This record gives sequence, structure tokens and C-alpha cells, in this order.
Amino acid sequence: MLGFFEKIGDNFLYYLEQAGRMGVFLFNCLINAFKPPYKIGPIVRQIHFIGARSIFVIVFTGAFTGMVLALQGYYTLTKFGSEGFLGSAVALSLIRELGPVLASLMVIGRAGSAICAEIGIMRNSEQIDALECMAIDPHKYLMVPKFIAGVISVPLLTFVFDVVGIFGGYLVGVGLFGVNEGAFFNGMYSSVTWQDVHMGVVKSLIFGLLIIWISTSKGYFLHYERSGGFGAEGVSRNTTNAVVLSSVTILVWDYLLTAILL
Amino acid sequence: MKRFKVETVVGLFLVAGFICFAYLSVKLGDLNFFGDKTYQVVASFNSISGLKEGASVEIAGVQIGKVAKVFLDTKNYEAKVELAINKGVELQEDSIASVRTAGIIGDKYIKISPGGSPMNIEPGGEIAETESAINLEELVSKYIFENK
Amino acid sequence: MEKDIRPAVIQLIDVEKSFKSQQVLKKVNLSILEGTTMVIVGASGQGKSVLLKHMLGLLKPDKGEVRVFGKDLAKISKKELKEVRQNYGVLFQNVALFDSMTVFDNVALPLRERTKASEKEIKANVDEKLSMMDLQGAGEKFPAQLSGGMQKRVGLARALVLNPKVVFFDEPTTGLDVSRSNEIYRLFYRTQQQLKYTAVIVSHDVPKIFKLADYVALVAKGQVQGCMSPEDFQLSDLSEIKTFVKETMGPIYSSEEEEMGFYETL
Repeated sequence: MLGFFEKIGDNFLYYLEQAGRMGVFLFNCLINAFKPPYKIGPIVRQIHFIGARSIFVIVFTGAFTGMVLALQGYYTLTKFGSEGFLGSAVALSLIRELGPVLASLMVIGRAGSAICAEIGIMRNSEQIDALECMAIDPHKYLMVPKFIAGVISVPLLTFVFDVVGIFGGYLVGVGLFGVNEGAFFNGMYSSVTWQDVHMGVVKSLIFGLLIIWISTSKGYFLHYERSGGFGAEGVSRNTTNAVVLSSVTILVWDYLLTAILL
Repeated sequence: MKRFKVETVVGLFLVAGFICFAYLSVKLGDLNFFGDKTYQVVASFNSISGLKEGASVEIAGVQIGKVAKVFLDTKNYEAKVELAINKGVELQEDSIASVRTAGIIGDKYIKISPGGSPMNIEPGGEIAETESAINLEELVSKYIFENK
Repeated sequence: MEKDIRPAVIQLIDVEKSFKSQQVLKKVNLSILEGTTMVIVGASGQGKSVLLKHMLGLLKPDKGEVRVFGKDLAKISKKELKEVRQNYGVLFQNVALFDSMTVFDNVALPLRERTKASEKEIKANVDEKLSMMDLQGAGEKFPAQLSGGMQKRVGLARALVLNPKVVFFDEPTTGLDVSRSNEIYRLFYRTQQQLKYTAVIVSHDVPKIFKLADYVALVAKGQVQGCMSPEDFQLSDLSEIKTFVKETMGPIYSSEEEEMGFYETL
């Protein structure tokens, strides 16, 4: 019986410690982001990796998300004879909800996992220790460019996702089902407000930060993993954990942010 | 094929992203970066049931502005609506603003019927004559009870 | 042997460290003097690497002090620790080269991140260090394309690029064949002559490593069992050292005749 409680306490302390470490890590990264020297080169490379190279996935998924929204929306809205709302239905659900969330999930799958594995391997092969011993702060050198790139890239990818999705919806709604083109766009223009766009922007900014935070810190603290963060298996398990954790976190934060911003 | 430079690709990405953002915020979100092109007019209603901020303001079915703000006048418990009317559209003093519904369950919007007065409403002025929203349920119950 | 009067660069005073319930270091005391070469030997798992990590400031002791240039590493600020580390060069056990960068960029990294040197100066410095290591022309390659010995040499070049005062070697020759490890030792000797750095070497390569050492320290059972010149080490009466010498050097060195021979030459 005592063993049971001991285990619970142990777990609690472990996760508390983990959370504390991640918090300090985030703090260090953010502080370092504002400290000179500012180097553009690494940031550009990270934007290339996180943002630019995700664009095809984003366009693809965005288009199909918009198309399926139009399909579902049309099916539901015809029952009430209000196909005119199709445009606003597609645009609003994309801008407020699906754009930020799905774009973030794509970035997690493409870049988050890679970042976690990269940092994890660097930790494993003493590359991070080497940096520290060279008096190079790994937060500044490794993490800051990723954080900045993430916070820039995820919102931009979200916008691309939204716009491509809207035109995907247009393709299905207007092209396939023959909804009036003017009704589609005018309904959309009049129902979407800056509030909605603002919500999408705030969400995607925060999601970008969360993704990079979780992926980098999971890799960075590989050696603290209780399940034994060593070797190739440790890295792979940790990467899986990072992907799961960041996906869940995104969805939880999505709810919280919606509740706050509404 | 020649490989593109990282900088070029990133530049393209940034430009594409910002164009999309501009489309969303300016075209859809009505964010005005280039000064206000509207003027404000207020109107009081007994009830606006369901009118939302951002709803359109129309004359003869043509959109001439938007509902900028909806709030309660706590003095006499009337609904106050602030309308942002496009510059260039002048409203006569005796114009009538009414809350209407597009279709049976559609969005509420404000319809303005132009008057004949030679005087126009100044920016910041008030539309004196208003018609409140027609409440479908009230209408139906009235009809039922009157025929009893 | 007379008392060495050179000042200590690194001092470990009663350092203790435990991981979970296992105590790895129990009251470790060790001084490393300026300009000397300290070789730390010991069987695997006796805390050599942990000891090294304490000197590098990567681990903090539970108790005791690690003093580098007179400063207690556990008590100084991050900034001061950074300053201390400016004087460090480290060759890690598995070299820890940044595998996504070319050899040139690897060696240039400390210069780029820590100094304001122009790209031209950096190139001159890096090329000089690379040729010092007989690595001319390898600059554009990636670490994974190099042999183990070459990787070690790149690591050494990187460790030395800022002309550090103290250089740490964590098992510099593990995984290398005899001629390759001789080459590393030769490079080590040559660079130390040139740059006059203090060296701390953690190694298994007994007895060859003794030729380079000014002092040898044996770590066993979480403690420094003794720190003395290699000659004294091999003839020491301390039981732990005796066992270690016997196990690692075989009967030749510990046989009666050999010992007699040693005494005669001394």
C-alpha cells in the first residue's frame, strides 16, 4: 500500500520537475532571443526548414480541408435552404479553428518531430555538452533561431492554409454544386470580421511557440527521461512523445484560447 | 535543374504568407490600413433582437455600410446601434432605419429607407426614425390569439 | 621528487556526487597544476567521466568545491562560468563534432560564435589548425565521411582553435588502432609544446599514456587513490594502485626484476 502512494508521489515529483525544467528552458530561450548578437542566417535556414518546406503539405491539406468543408457544409445547408452561407461557413471555420489547428499539426508532424530528434541526437552524442564547454549557450545558438522561425512560420503557414482552403471550398461549392459565386464571396466578406482573423493570428502565434518549445525541450532534456533516454531507441521514443505531447497541447490550448478570445 | 538558394525560397515563402495575411485581414477582416472610409451614425431601437456587430446596412438592397457597435442605452433601456456608413452615401434627416431579416432564419441586417428632407444627417448624428425588429414568434402568437 | 610549486589551475576539494542512491564520487581531492599534463586513469564505471564533467562545469557537486582559476564553479554566475570556459578546449570521447556542419565550420564555430574575428581571419586560423593536424583539404567534408582517427584530429583542432589554457581529453584514443593512437599522442605532444596548455587526459591507454604524463591519478571506488608522477605510480605501494598496475600492465612491470631495474635507474 505504501509502495503505491510512494509511486504516485514519485510520479508527481518527476512530472513537476519536468515541467519546471521546461519552464526554465523556455524562459532562457526567450531571454536569449532578445539578447544581442542577432544573427539572421540561422533564422533564415530555420524558416526554410520549418516554414518554406512545409508549404506543399500545407497547400495540399488546406485545399482538401476547404473542399471537404464545402461538401459537408453544402449537404447540411441545403436542408435549410441557406446555401448562401456556404462561403461564410467555410471561411469562418477555417480562419477561426481549422486553419491554426491543422496547420500546426502539419508542422508538428513535419518539423516538430525532426527538431526533437535533431536536438536529442545532439544531446546524446555530447554535441550540446561540447557547445557548453565552448562557452556557446545552446539556448542562444540552437534554440533561439528555431523559436523565432517557428513564431514567424506557423502563422504564415496558417494564412496560406486559410486562403487555399477558402478557394478549395469555392471550387467545390461554386464549381461543383453551382452555389452562386457572388453569394459565396459576399456572404464570406460580410460575415468574417477582423475579430475572427485576429483570433486565428493569436492562435497560430501561440501554437508556433508551443510546438517549438515542446519539441526542443523534449530533445534537450533527453538525458532526464525516466524511460532511459539513451541511444537510437531513446531518441525515437522521445520524438514520438514530443509529437503526441505537442498535438495534445495544441488541441487543449485551442480550446482555452477560443474560450478566452471569444 | 538548378537548385534554388535557401534565401530565395524563404523570401518566396514570406511573401506568399504575407499576401495571404493581407487578403484575410484587409479583404475579409475589413482591417483598414489606409484611413477610415466611413462615418458614424447612431440609431436607437426598442429591440434589435439578433442584430450583430458587422451586419450590413443596406439601401434598396445595396450595402452602404456596417453595424459598428451594438450597446444598451441604460437610461431608457433602448438598444443603440452605431452604424459605419460609407463616405459618399448621404442620409436624409427623415430616413428610416429598420431591422430586417434576410430570409426566414437568415441574418439580421439594417435597412434604411431614404427620406425626402433636404437636410442630411451629419457624421455623428442620429437617425431619429426607426423600426424595431419584427419578432416572428410574437407575430405568430398575436395572429393565433386574435382569432380566438 | 621535489614539491612542484606551479600554481593549481583546477582544484577539487572534497567533491561528492550521487546519482539517485548510487554514490559515484566520495570526497575527491585533486589538484591540477599549470602547464602540466594530468592523466586520470581507472577502470570503467569508477567515475572518471563524472569527474571530468565536474571540471567542465557540466555537473555540479553535491558537496565540496571545484575551483578553476580560483573560482568555485558551483557558486559563480552563468556569465562567469562562460568566462572560465573561454579558456577551455575539450576533446570528447565520441568527439561530438556537429554532424550537420562541414569540418571547416566545425573548427570555425568557436571563432564565429565567440570572437569578432572577420571571416578572413577565421579562415586563416582554421586552415592553420587544420594543417597542424595534417587535415589539409578535409575542410569541405562532413564528419561522417571521415575515419575515426581523422574525426579525433578534427576534434582536437576545434578544441585548440581558440588557444585555450586548459585542454581536456576524454579517452582520446578509444576505438583507434595503435598507429592512429600514436599519431594522436604525437599531435598532442607537438601542440602542447607549441601552445603550452595544461592538459587533463582521461584514458585507458595504460601504460603508453604514462609517457606523456607529468602526473597520474587513479580513480577507483569513487575516490582519487593517489596522484603522483608516472614513475612513482608504477612502483606505488598503495594497494589500489598496485592492483591497477598489475591488472593493466601485466606482469612485466610488476615483476621483481623490473622493479629492481627501475630502482637502479632512478
